Amino acid sequence: MDSAALKRTLARMPYAQSLGVKPTEIDGVFTLLMPYIESNIGNFSLPALHGGAISGFMEIAAISQLILSTDHASLPKPIGINVDYLRKGDLKPTFARAKIFKQGSRIANVHVRAWQEDYDDPIATMHGNYLLPKAE
Amino acid sequence: MADDYIKKLWEIAPAITDAVPHSKKLGIRFVAIDKGRSTLSLPYNPDLIGDTETRVLHGGAVSTLLDQACGLAAVASFDIPKSCATLNLSIDYMRAAVPGQTIIATAECYKATKHIAFMRAIAYETDEEDPIAVAQATFMATQNTAAGNDAFKKDTA
Repeated sequence: MDSAALKRTLARMPYAQSLGVKPTEIDGVFTLLMPYIESNIGNFSLPALHGGAISGFMEIAAISQLILSTDHASLPKPIGINVDYLRKGDLKPTFARAKIFKQGSRIANVHVRAWQEDYDDPIATMHGNYLLPKAE
Repeated sequence: MADDYIKKLWEIAPAITDAVPHSKKLGIRFVAIDKGRSTLSLPYNPDLIGDTETRVLHGGAVSTLLDQACGLAAVASFDIPKSCATLNLSIDYMRAAVPGQTIIATAECYKATKHIAFMRAIAYETDEEDPIAVAQATFMATQNTAAGNDAFKKDTA
């Protein structure tokens, strides 16, 4: 695991900074954190986080996991993603972990889980296919 | 009656879009609305770049725009105001968005049942035939909004 590479990657991703995304570790496992910030709200009256902020956060988690498990200088490109929203995102810190189900030479399949207080009660899940940069 | 609802949405949709903190943060703007249809735009915003080397916007910003457009079109697919929650959002990314250009998203509801709206949306800069990304989504009508109930009380009374 190359956490310096991940920090460099997030630093060149202004979108991740706009969402407030930070890398962290929980029980020794790499986890991405999106702290609660007001600009991530999608609905004031519920209130709830914006579904787009949650899916964007999970997309960053997928790319981060690919950066950690490959040594490419350029970033993987999303081909397609599918997000299931399981419950509303409360105005609380949100966590995400990604798992690579298959990594070929050109394509990777990644699954992501996002949760708030309870890992076993996720607020959203995502799976996506990514085009990997050509090996240098 | 449905026409009155769309007319009302034309009046309130810009304010609804501006009142969403995350849309405001991204810079999403209301463009148009019709029965089961909506158009939004996202002017190029350096804060949303996914890779400073290419200056291409992050896929997440495009998916947020598509989600928002689908949600607004889903609201416009019903005859009275209902809040909508995204159940599923599926996106195909065809190509990178051109740096510096405004992205347009048009969404349409191709089927609405009592509780579920089935949506399609396209994101592009100038040519719908040359999409950046295409979305398919399902939305659930959660509850009638309080404001909607007041505005449309006379219809049900």
